[in-house]
Amino acid sequence: MTNQPGAHLHLTEGRRAGPSCVNNMLHYWRAMWGIIGRELWRFVTQRERFISALVRPLVWLFVFAAGFRAALGLAITPPYETYILYEVYITPGLCGMIQLFNGMQSSLSMVYDREMGSMRILMVCPLPRWFLLLSKLFAGTAVSVLQVYVFLAIAWFYGIKVPWQGYLWVLPALMLSGLMLGALGLLLSSFIKQLENFAGVMNFVIFPMFFMSTALYPLWKLKESSMLLYNLAKYDPFSQAIELIRFSLYGQFNQHAFIYTLVAFIVFMTFAIIGYNPSKGMMMKKGGS
Amino acid sequence: MKPPIALSVENLSFSYGGKKALDHVNFKIHSGECTLLLGPNGAGKSTLFSLITRLYDTRDGHIELCGFDVKRKTRKALAKLGVVFQQTTLDMDLTVMQNLRYHTALHGMGRRLANQRIQQELERLSMYERRFEKIRQLNGGHRRRVEIARALLHKPSVLLLDEPTVGLDVPSRLAIVEYVHQLADDENLAVLWSSHLIDEIYPDDHLIVLHKGRIKANGAVAEVLKITNTAMIKDAFYTLTQGDQT
Repeated sequence: MTNQPGAHLHLTEGRRAGPSCVNNMLHYWRAMWGIIGRELWRFVTQRERFISALVRPLVWLFVFAAGFRAALGLAITPPYETYILYEVYITPGLCGMIQLFNGMQSSLSMVYDREMGSMRILMVCPLPRWFLLLSKLFAGTAVSVLQVYVFLAIAWFYGIKVPWQGYLWVLPALMLSGLMLGALGLLLSSFIKQLENFAGVMNFVIFPMFFMSTALYPLWKLKESSMLLYNLAKYDPFSQAIELIRFSLYGQFNQHAFIYTLVAFIVFMTFAIIGYNPSKGMMMKKGGS
Repeated sequence: MKPPIALSVENLSFSYGGKKALDHVNFKIHSGECTLLLGPNGAGKSTLFSLITRLYDTRDGHIELCGFDVKRKTRKALAKLGVVFQQTTLDMDLTVMQNLRYHTALHGMGRRLANQRIQQELERLSMYERRFEKIRQLNGGHRRRVEIARALLHKPSVLLLDEPTVGLDVPSRLAIVEYVHQLADDENLAVLWSSHLIDEIYPDDHLIVLHKGRIKANGAVAEVLKITNTAMIKDAFYTLTQGDQT
């Protein structure tokens, strides 16, 4: 087609030979990699997003942790076998922070995509919606794991080093925690009607979840100051995700944290899928009745 | 003998809270037929598209795409469907090629087949040379071409276009109108084109006039003119919508 009206067109091929079987595994595989590849490409090409995702935890590490080092004494608790600096203690918490913010960023982009319409292209492709959401989730998790490894590399140069095996063991832990926090983001995005409401999510979800966790202080420290805070932190799924990461970094498996994080992921994901189901969830309430 | 039914909408109703958006809508579209869905703003056109594409749930009524119930056989039905939404749904920071590859991945196409289809569709629309440009660099008309190319990559049987020419200049608009009409003719594609612009209608088109969620007319252009006792579509449209502005 040219810009001129009446331009001659050549339409030759028939239009009935679609993919022979949309139901096969190859279709699922290609679609999932299509979604993950797109997210990763977007992330690495959006330099500002890449840098800002790293600046936040680095400020906490270089400024906040350095300032609190003297104020906060830490006893020897597993998985640590010696006295550690506060920077060392909060490093797993900051890994979790990256994933928490990334999960919320993904949920924000889902709301944005839904408002702008690009989400529709995903939703009208011939695959089950649960699979599309799961693929989106994997894509977001892949991005967050990448961010965490870059952060850990910078921390290594800063002097925060874990046993080399820890960098391998932490991968499955990061994947599970990323999935859990991403699923929470998905769930929230199914409830958020407009982009403007996202600030509320920051205030009511991200900050309480982060501060009422073991990211910045160990549980026993919280217990000393408030039993209520101690209990809230204990049952905060974010705490469990951080403990899973913390133990993995030192080559140890925290079974309780693993099961808690896994169950939280399944619960959040189930409700997110219901939330995005046009027949049942919030999409119906948004769309009409 | 009439060509097979590609899209069937039966007794479809839909409400936003207490406000009825669609009220017992019935129509059928055959293969090779270009159907213009004409209606003023707020007539229910976008709601109808959201229901056909299963973005909203069908609670009252029944929609079938090539014989597949959209609610029960969603995936088979959606595989037959190509859609161009009213708002652009391209990723602005990705190139034309990347946007199209994403779509082919979602439809399960392998790299070789995807490249072949992308080349074919982009060449038809004179956009192949621009495949490595970012969407952000393209003007509105070219973005629309990319979206039409994308909607055709998986060789659908039904093409839905929700006001695809809104905001385009006249030459771009006419070129797209002509291209889509030729697709219907030459490729036996069933087209449902939603619009509120009367000059996008061709004399051979099938016409559905939707107003306040109800179908006011459904037939060939000549039939609609006859039942409204008018000589021009704009007068027929005016009569059917009782003076509402287009």
